[in-house]
Amino acid sequence: MSTLTDAVEYAPRGPQRQRKGKLMRGLFLASTAVGLIALVVLIADIVLDGAGSLTWRFITSFPSRFAARAGIRAALVGSLWVLGLTTLFSFPLGVATAIWLEEYAPRNRWTQLVQVNIANLAAVPSIVYGILGLAVFVRAMSLGRSVLAGALTLTLLILPVIIIAAQEAIRAVPNSIRLAAYALGATQWQTVRRQVLPMAMPGILTGTILALSRAVGETAPLIMIGALAFVPFAPKGPGDAFTVLPIQIFNWISRPQVQFHHLAAAAILVLLVVLMAFNLAAVLLRNKYTKTL
Amino acid sequence: MATATQAPPATDSIIETDELSVLYNGSAAVRDITLGIPRNRVVAFIGPSGCGKSTLLRCFNRMNDLVPNARIEGRVSFHGRDIYAHGVDPIEVRRRIGMVFQKPNPFPKSVYENVAFGARINGFQGNMDELVERSLRQAALWDEVKDRVQASALSLSGGQQQRLCIARALAIEPEVLLMDEPTSALDPLATQRIEELIYTLKQDYTIVIVTHNMQQAARISDRTAFLYMGDLVEYGPTNEVFTNPREERTEAYITGRFG
Repeated sequence: MSTLTDAVEYAPRGPQRQRKGKLMRGLFLASTAVGLIALVVLIADIVLDGAGSLTWRFITSFPSRFAARAGIRAALVGSLWVLGLTTLFSFPLGVATAIWLEEYAPRNRWTQLVQVNIANLAAVPSIVYGILGLAVFVRAMSLGRSVLAGALTLTLLILPVIIIAAQEAIRAVPNSIRLAAYALGATQWQTVRRQVLPMAMPGILTGTILALSRAVGETAPLIMIGALAFVPFAPKGPGDAFTVLPIQIFNWISRPQVQFHHLAAAAILVLLVVLMAFNLAAVLLRNKYTKTL
Repeated sequence: MATATQAPPATDSIIETDELSVLYNGSAAVRDITLGIPRNRVVAFIGPSGCGKSTLLRCFNRMNDLVPNARIEGRVSFHGRDIYAHGVDPIEVRRRIGMVFQKPNPFPKSVYENVAFGARINGFQGNMDELVERSLRQAALWDEVKDRVQASALSLSGGQQQRLCIARALAIEPEVLLMDEPTSALDPLATQRIEELIYTLKQDYTIVIVTHNMQQAARISDRTAFLYMGDLVEYGPTNEVFTNPREERTEAYITGRFG
C-alpha cells in the first residue's frame, strides 16, 4: 500500500491500525457472546428440567408433600397480587417524587442531600428493606404477614430506582419545550402534564418495568417479613397471608427429592413467562406513547 | 443613559419601560432602559452578543421570572399597566404578549396539536379547526401543511417549523409578538419568508424582534434600538439609526467596525 503523504512526521502504520480495529471488534463480539451463551445454556437447562412438569394441573394446584400433586397456584397468585399492589404504590409515588425534584424543588443543599440519599437507598441490600418492613409494616402498623405488608416493603425497595429513572427521563426533555409552553401562557402544571410528562413517559416506563422486574424476583425481604413457604390457599385480598414464586422455587430446590427439583424448574419457567408478559406490556405502552408524539 | 431618544408620545406606545434593569446574581445584564414600543410597528433590538437585547425582550412577557436569581428593577407597562405589579398573573401577560424563540421549538406532536395547545390551555371555547386553519394561514404555512395537519411537526423543515411556532403564538390572539432571533437557525430562503411574514403581520400585531443581522433590522423594522453592554445606546427610526446615527458607538457597530 503506498502512502498518500511524504511528510516524515507521519507514520501511518495503516495495516497495524486496521488489525487493531478488527481485534477490538472481535473482543466486543466475544463479550456479547459470553452473556448470550450463558443465558441460552441456563434457559435450555431449565426447560429440559422443568418442561415435563409444566402442566395445567401444575399451575392450578396448591403445594403438596407429594411432588406429583404439588402446584404453584398459591405462589403465582401471590406473586401477581404483590406485583400489582407494588406497581400501584410505587409508580405514582416514584413519578410524583421525580416531578417534584426535577420541576418544582429549588436547587439548594437540601435537595442535593435528598438526591444523594435516594442514590444511596438504591444501593441498600434488599434484606435491609425486609428488616424495615418487618419492623414498620408487619409489627408497628400491625399489617401482619400479609400481601399488603409485602407489597409495601417491595415498594420501598424499588422506589429509589423508579425515582432515579423518572428523573433522568424528565431531565432529558429539552428546556425549549418548557419555555415554549410557558410562552403560550401555560401554568407550571399544564407544562408538566401536557408536554414534559408525555415526552418523558417512555423513559419512565422503561425504568419502572426494570424496577418491577427486580421486585417480582425478590426473595430475601419477603422471607424476612414472613412470607410463608407452604400456603395451601391463594390470597383473596391484601390482608391475606401469601407466598411468591421465588420463595416457592427456593423451597422446592432445597428438598432432597429430585421430583421437586423438576417442579422448581417448571416454576422458574412460569416466573420467566410472567416477567416477559410484563415487559411486553411495557413495550406496548411505550409504543403507544411514542406514537402520539 | 440619557442618549436614548424617544420620539413618539407615550400614548402611542403599547409597551413602555421606565428605568428598567435586570440583574443576574446581582450583576446587571441591562441597565436603566427607558423606551416605548409603538403599536403596530416592528421594533428591532440590535447589538453584539451579550449586550442584553434578549434579556430586555424577555422582560416584556415575564420570561425572566423563570430564570433563578434574576431580579427586575424599574417598570414595564403594557397598555399603561405595570406588568410586574403585585397581583399581575404572568400567565395573562404571556397570553397577550406572545413569543417566538431562536431555534424552532415545536412540540413533538402533530401540526394541529401544536397550534391548538395554547388555545386549549387557555380555555378556548370556539371552533378549534377554524382557529388552527386561521392561525396557519396567518403564518403563511397553511398551503404547505393543509393536507398533513395530523403529521408530526418534527417532519416539517426548519423554516416551516419556525412558521409553525409563529402560528402557535398567533393562535392565542396576542397583541404583541416577541421574536428572539427567529431566523438565526434558518437558511436565507426560509429567512426571507419569515421576513415577508413579519411585514404582513405588523398590520395586526406589534412586533419586537431581536436580531444579530443588521441588514435584517434595516429591512424589516420601523424603529431600531442599539444596545451595548447592557445600555441602550440609541433608539430611533430605523432609517435614521442606520443612515445618520447620533452616537459614535452605533456608527461603529453598524458599519462593522466591531461586533
